[in-house]
Amino acid sequence: MKRPGRDDDPDRLYTVTGGRSRSETDAFDLVTLVVGECEPAAGMQSEHASILRICRSPTAVVEIASDLGLPVSIVRILLGDLHAAGRITARHPRTPATADQLPDPEILKQVLVGLRNL
Amino acid sequence: MDSATSDLTGTRPPLRSTAENGLKIVIVGGFGVGKTTMVRSVSDIRPLNTEETMTRAGEGVDDLTDVQSKTTTTIAFDFGRISLNDTTVLYLFGAPGQERFWFLWDRLFSGTLGAVVLVDTRRLADSWYAIDRLEQHGMPFIVATNDFGGPHYSGEEVREALDLPEGIPLIECDARSRESSKEVLITLVNHLYDLSFSARESTT
Ligand SMILES: Nc1nc2c(ncn2[C@@H]2O[C@H](COP(=O)(O)OP(=O)(O)OP(=O)(O)O)[C@@H](O)[C@H]2O)c(=O)[nH]1
Ligand SMILES: [Mg+2]
Repeated sequence: MKRPGRDDDPDRLYTVTGGRSRSETDAFDLVTLVVGECEPAAGMQSEHASILRICRSPTAVVEIASDLGLPVSIVRILLGDLHAAGRITARHPRTPATADQLPDPEILKQVLVGLRNL
Repeated sequence: MDSATSDLTGTRPPLRSTAENGLKIVIVGGFGVGKTTMVRSVSDIRPLNTEETMTRAGEGVDDLTDVQSKTTTTIAFDFGRISLNDTTVLYLFGAPGQERFWFLWDRLFSGTLGAVVLVDTRRLADSWYAIDRLEQHGMPFIVATNDFGGPHYSGEEVREALDLPEGIPLIECDARSRESSKEVLITLVNHLYDLSFSARESTT
């Protein structure tokens, strides 16, 4: 068996997520922008409090994962908790979710303009 | 931002409060081909990295309660970010093209606009697998060859070695240059625009 690294130790991940697995949390894309709707409060799970601090401005799921040093799938579960409790809102990407659908030409035009202006 | 927040986010500037639409582009390529360099060249922020893990039950093992029968796949990838306007943010991911990465493609990269396959012409065969998988996923892509000072090959030679159809753009680049990396992204998005436009034409 592979030696577990710092972040993929199953016991640590089990503790952080209270033993739940993903399923209900697929709604969070890597680039869903998360916005905190309240301040961290005493007694909150520390990962939840950290997410609320990070998300005082819109922050992508993948940035949160990087800041917390946790795998993306674990962060999705934590975000699911906060979302269910009304403590965050999520701005989901407006692009097709399946690979065989091409993006809207209008969005692509915006991207081109943005890139040319860099 | 108070210090407790910057402990977590480092020196990364916050996004505008109006940011609402995150987009993804993936740069795939073999080891050391310049993925992180390209992300760094165009990103508004210093590249960050993170990882995803997936636990799969071991194959051909009867007792699934045995922890040792599960394998954990871990994929590390890095990313940067470009704010395109008040509402739209483009995230660029640098991802290894090796086999285990593709198990996680759907979970991580569904909804990706398109991909850049970054290729070192001294090691063209390293990119065959990535090109196969992108084709299988129906993910539009372009190929960018990075000049590491090896012998120069013509576009036709590279196309032939990669078995790359005419319709897929192939360009040379220097991942260390912001202008050149920008040009790579523009070539990809132009390609996506053409595909998207003609797909719409043909359905109306
Ligand atoms: N000559 C030349 N060197 C480059 C170019 N792009 C990157 N390099 C150098 O190649 C080395 C590897 O680049 P990275 O950006 O780390 O490559 P990578 O694909 O992220 O590598 P891994 O993540 O380790 O697979 C670095 O020393 C870069 O400075 C290029 O266009 N030309
Ligand atoms: Mg790298």
